[in-house]
Amino acid sequence: MLKVSIYRYNPETDKAPYMQDYQLDTQGKDLMVLDVLELLKAEDATLSFRRSCREGVCGSDGMNISGRNGLACTTPLSEAAPKGKLVLRPLPGLPVIRDLVVDMEQFYEQYRKIEPYLQNDTPAPAIERLQSPEDREKLDGLYECILCACCSTACPSFWWNPDKFIGPAGLLQAYRFLADSRDLATDERLSNLDDPFSVFRCHGIQNCVNVCPKGLNPTRAIGHIRNMLLTRAV
Amino acid sequence: MVVVRTVTSFGRSGTFDWLYQRVTAVILLAYVLFIVGFIFFTKDFGYQAWSELFAQRWMRVFSLVALLSTIIHAWIGLWSVVTDYITNRMMGGKATVLRLFVEVILAAVAVLYTVWGIEILWGV
Repeated sequence: MLKVSIYRYNPETDKAPYMQDYQLDTQGKDLMVLDVLELLKAEDATLSFRRSCREGVCGSDGMNISGRNGLACTTPLSEAAPKGKLVLRPLPGLPVIRDLVVDMEQFYEQYRKIEPYLQNDTPAPAIERLQSPEDREKLDGLYECILCACCSTACPSFWWNPDKFIGPAGLLQAYRFLADSRDLATDERLSNLDDPFSVFRCHGIQNCVNVCPKGLNPTRAIGHIRNMLLTRAV
Repeated sequence: MVVVRTVTSFGRSGTFDWLYQRVTAVILLAYVLFIVGFIFFTKDFGYQAWSELFAQRWMRVFSLVALLSTIIHAWIGLWSVVTDYITNRMMGGKATVLRLFVEVILAAVAVLYTVWGIEILWGV
């Protein structure tokens, strides 16, 4: 029997959040955490969580799984509940809408700030804007981010200043456009990041690297941004 | 894009604050290594050796640079702590008053230590 403890909160009926315990017979299978949630929802339809692709591509089911942020659909029980007890909470730091569903607005606001689109006002060529294989390689490890928010909500600097610090996910994407040979807004982008909060609240503790379900390294990207800012400034 | 603006950070730019903190850290490391080295490698280390060392102008300047480095390093670090934990987002309007109050105290301590340090270094 698997013991599952889940954070429950319905602001319409509950005064405060509480942990609800469930029991589930997994029949000895190493299910994914999302499978467990689906089975429990079949019994208790009020249980709320986000999910979509169920294969680690859409980034909808980011949550705190036994103390560590991750995607429910790609985290097996053998990893999340080796001793038969699974604890599920919403992503830390963001306002809870209901149960495991959080309000991602603060996260998206920071993503919006870095202007996550290619900026190039030179006349468009007849074919695509081409890149050398070497320039294209610089985007590896950056473009794969699925914006699940596991990293930013594992970061204490983002917990304290979600309105001022861009956070690891936003900064990884900021560098994705700074590193793009086709983007011409490098200087404006760097000027927008030069204040004491946007980039420099990162103190390099690497919680983001530790939890990223796609194995990306936001700390390294932030280091590259810092070096670009420094090169420009001294 | 709305850029975060601050007037109480040391260099008013994250890049400069970051750089100042690293440079001052290197100076402090050099000073600590020098002082510890002096204490352990000086024959007959005592009041005589100590006062002869501090009688030299370069040592007084080196000490003053280390003192100023401490002040700058501490201001940048403590300013980060203050703006992490005393935020209007968590505490509302009273955070502005409290944050400014703490920053003024820190600034007063910084001035006091600087003046006091100069008095000590050039007073002996």
